[in-house]
Amino acid sequence: MATVELLLSPLPVHVRTARLVGVAAARRAGLDDDYVADLRLALGEACTRAVALHSEHAPDTPVRIVVRDDPGGLTVEVTDHGPPATPLTADIGDLLGDDDVDPQVALAVLSGLVDDVEITSGEDGTTVALRWPLPPRPV
Amino acid sequence: MDLSLDDRTEGDRTIVVVGGEIDVYTAPKLREKLIDLVSAGQYHLVVDMEGVEFLDSTGLGVLVGGLKRVRAHEGSLRLVCTQERILKIFRITGLTKVFPIHASVEEAVAATD
Repeated sequence: MATVELLLSPLPVHVRTARLVGVAAARRAGLDDDYVADLRLALGEACTRAVALHSEHAPDTPVRIVVRDDPGGLTVEVTDHGPPATPLTADIGDLLGDDDVDPQVALAVLSGLVDDVEITSGEDGTTVALRWPLPPRPV
Repeated sequence: MDLSLDDRTEGDRTIVVVGGEIDVYTAPKLREKLIDLVSAGQYHLVVDMEGVEFLDSTGLGVLVGGLKRVRAHEGSLRLVCTQERILKIFRITGLTKVFPIHASVEEAVAATD
């Protein structure tokens, strides 16, 4: 098992940093190229959502990102300290305006993009866990 | 890679050539560009996305905002995109039904509503 953990100040400029680190860790773990492209977008969406929530609710607290490579596959976790995640209540096209994107949109994109998404909300915030299968390793 | 933006006119169409990454950090630049063009009376926009390497929902939000702005002036906003990984997010969000998406700038410029 190998782990990469990242604490990001909640600034839009660092969302790209998270994507770059996540992609590098995923490639290192041997994730299939198509999944790497999905991970780049999914991790970006999850971080964008977390950064937006932190700028409003917890500007001094970093967003935590963990990329874990274990025999079950590759897991990416993004943990925020915002209010609990709520399910999508409107059509996605209506939520996409010109101003700040509704945090619900990111979750909807994640659900459409990744087969294995687990969203756990508690009093302290939300963890979005994304999982992809890894190819069998040569012995 | 950062975002690059260029524009040129072809007849009554304005071609906006976008390159690089459109995300939460760079999307405001694209938003400003679209607002500037509409403020300058350019209501028929073709956004060439062939050089875009990354697009997320923040970028989609800016494009939807641009579409709303030009439609307020009975204008149009057409996209040029053939990259599968970029088209994927339009499909996931159902926006392929909202934007006319073309395979080339020539096709988009020739298109009429």
